[in-house]
Amino acid sequence: MMVTVKEFSKEEYLLKGHAACAGCGPAISLRLLFKALGNKIFLVVPACCTTVIQGPYPYTSFSVPLQNVLFESTAAAASGIVAALHQRNVKDITVVGWAGDGGTVDIGIQALSGAAERETDFIYICYDNEAYGNTGMQRSGATPYGAWTTTTPSGKRERKKDMPLIMAAHKIPYVATACPSYPIDFVSKLRKAKEIKGTKYIHILAPCPTGWRYDTGKTVELGRLAVQTGLWALYEIENGKFKLNPPSDRLIDKAKRKSVKEYFALQGRFRNLTEEDIDRIQKGVDEDWENYRAQTSCSASDATLHGKI
Amino acid sequence: MAQMIIDTANHIAGYAAKAARVKVVAAYPITPQTTVVEKIAEFVEEGKMDIEYIRVESEHSAMMACIGAAVTGVRTFTATSAHGLALMHEALHWASGSRLPIVMVVVNRAMGAPWSIMPDFSDSLSQRDTGWLQFYCADNQEVFDTIIQTYKLCENERVFLPAMVCLEGFILSHTYMPVKIPKQEEIDAFLPPYKSGWTLDLNDPISHANLVSPEWFMEFRYMIQEAMENAKQLIPKIDREYRERFGVEHGGLIEKYRCEDADLLLLTMGTMGSDAKIAVDNLRKEGLKVGSARVRVFRPFPTEEIGKLAERAQMLTSIDRHISFGMEGFLATEIKASVFNRKDKPLVAGYIAGLGGRDVTSGTLEKIAKKSLKWMRDGKVEKETTWVDLRE
Amino acid sequence: MSRVPKTRKEMPLTPLSFPTVGSMGKTGTWRTFRPEVDYSKCTRCTLCWIYCPDAAIIRQADDSPKIDYDYCKGCGICANECPVKAITMCREEEE
Repeated sequence: MMVTVKEFSKEEYLLKGHAACAGCGPAISLRLLFKALGNKIFLVVPACCTTVIQGPYPYTSFSVPLQNVLFESTAAAASGIVAALHQRNVKDITVVGWAGDGGTVDIGIQALSGAAERETDFIYICYDNEAYGNTGMQRSGATPYGAWTTTTPSGKRERKKDMPLIMAAHKIPYVATACPSYPIDFVSKLRKAKEIKGTKYIHILAPCPTGWRYDTGKTVELGRLAVQTGLWALYEIENGKFKLNPPSDRLIDKAKRKSVKEYFALQGRFRNLTEEDIDRIQKGVDEDWENYRAQTSCSASDATLHGKI
Repeated sequence: MAQMIIDTANHIAGYAAKAARVKVVAAYPITPQTTVVEKIAEFVEEGKMDIEYIRVESEHSAMMACIGAAVTGVRTFTATSAHGLALMHEALHWASGSRLPIVMVVVNRAMGAPWSIMPDFSDSLSQRDTGWLQFYCADNQEVFDTIIQTYKLCENERVFLPAMVCLEGFILSHTYMPVKIPKQEEIDAFLPPYKSGWTLDLNDPISHANLVSPEWFMEFRYMIQEAMENAKQLIPKIDREYRERFGVEHGGLIEKYRCEDADLLLLTMGTMGSDAKIAVDNLRKEGLKVGSARVRVFRPFPTEEIGKLAERAQMLTSIDRHISFGMEGFLATEIKASVFNRKDKPLVAGYIAGLGGRDVTSGTLEKIAKKSLKWMRDGKVEKETTWVDLRE
Repeated sequence: MSRVPKTRKEMPLTPLSFPTVGSMGKTGTWRTFRPEVDYSKCTRCTLCWIYCPDAAIIRQADDSPKIDYDYCKGCGICANECPVKAITMCREEEE
């Protein structure tokens, strides 16, 4: 069992000099992906920030085989790769779909749902910066209530789509949430996912200084605050069994959760929130946690069916 | 010994995929393509095809799964029709831009609205510029042979492009015809194991198709055009080699019938080419010098062969099962473009016929020919485009 | 860099891009603030290394960080995350 980040490999498969913005949360997440899985992977990447992070032809900042595919097609293209590897009897390659929130919860949900229903043996990771970042921060289904985007200038008026729970409803063997601010948690989940056969879905909250309007040095701090306020819970649903992971497992008691205000204060995208908005969001978070409490205590097999998260 | 079977073109397409030893099939059902994927399902269940069969949730995913499989180094196959093909549109560009030798059967069906399940070429011809080779078949034997031939062609290192093998819905898809299927060993001798220009490889990690700046982009496009030109050279050779091995030939790029001394040529695609032959025979009985040229390959377009046909013929008449709204049928346009720079260019007239499955008989074609002959004698095309059998 | 094509004939048939340090060039030139490590304070916890989005912090044999200024974009995550405040962000002009 891994206890410190010192046990992570020094090998880098995301090479320095890549094209991500300074302070990019997804770039930290990519490094952790490789720390967890090494380089025996085929990476499938749709149109998203990671398209740009590679840099332009004839160069790339990735030193694993990487196939760029159409925006909505990550899981479909991965299905083809998995099928071909199976035909070729290749067993030591992990196929990983790596897509943004727009490419997952909006335009890519059909292909992902299909691949999950077909029990495709791969890991799908949604790195969620809560908007269409690569195109300049337009609203997506994953944008949270109240957030400024370029297409919701006064703040989004609807809630964030709960993609991990949608994936759990497919009865796939493994669904997890993570955040690069908690590297050991994320890496452990990836390593666990690698050993499970079938579709594995990991949804990571990946803070974005460019789109969220905060100081580039605060990326990791913001991820931490999202977890500490309870806005983003770290959990896994393994064969239907819901389990909160540290430190989220210690936050069921409301008194232990920080106020959501601390998280909002650091970000320009929430500048227009009114007290009423904040109360509404805080209430929503508290409701979510009542559901986590219920799920944690209810029987394992029914876990994904109970309540909205 | 070759086997003679009597079956529909759709089932024959399934036999061809099996004979080509494809490894991954990803497909989604749509009328009139369905019996292709059903036949393959039957082969898989019977243990006659050892493949990964991905029953995807859409045609877009079907093509993307084929792309995923092809970049991972296996031979792939799919089939679709009409709206399914349209849904694949961006993925078609992705396949050709990735230079993957995917073969797809397109069972031609009219595009809606309104709904129609009957054939015309509005589906596949709408995909003209996607960088896919396009073959149009006249009978079930040609469907089988063309699928086998296109794998050999697409996997040639001078080509490495995907191909559509088009057949008209119901006219062929659900019509029983006798078809000769060569022995598996003979097909294996003709069609070597899968070859592609590149594959994903742990030992040589590359990122494929990341951003390409203007300083490089045009060259990649030029190379596709070059591959199309190479295909134009290879198609007749492969067709001839096929004849030498199996005794059947389909005319290479254009199937010519009684063209040598013809004053007027009827240019068609698909099954209309068979009716054109009957029309030609009847017209010849009347002493009219008419020939038939069935354009078998629409991409690459056989510009040079059309030019050669124009050396002798005084008039070329195209009959399109297609309309490019605001212009004319694509075949008419391409023929005009092919002869435009010739000194003694022939007259060219265009006819639109058979849209949405409306019947086009040899009698219809004879009438078209006679009108064309009159214009030819007058030295003037009275009407650039004529819609055939249109209600008043 | 031997795989950089010059002529069309040297180009692959479809864009196959090969792994390169500095695919976007020397990204250190993007930097406004420069991280400086005070090694007397550093506890070798390696957190700065694991949180660097740019893989621009080299984890040395003794687990202390060495910043690769050719590629460090100066985001400041390392300084923000250092538990003992051993990294300070300094304006480049001040050098």
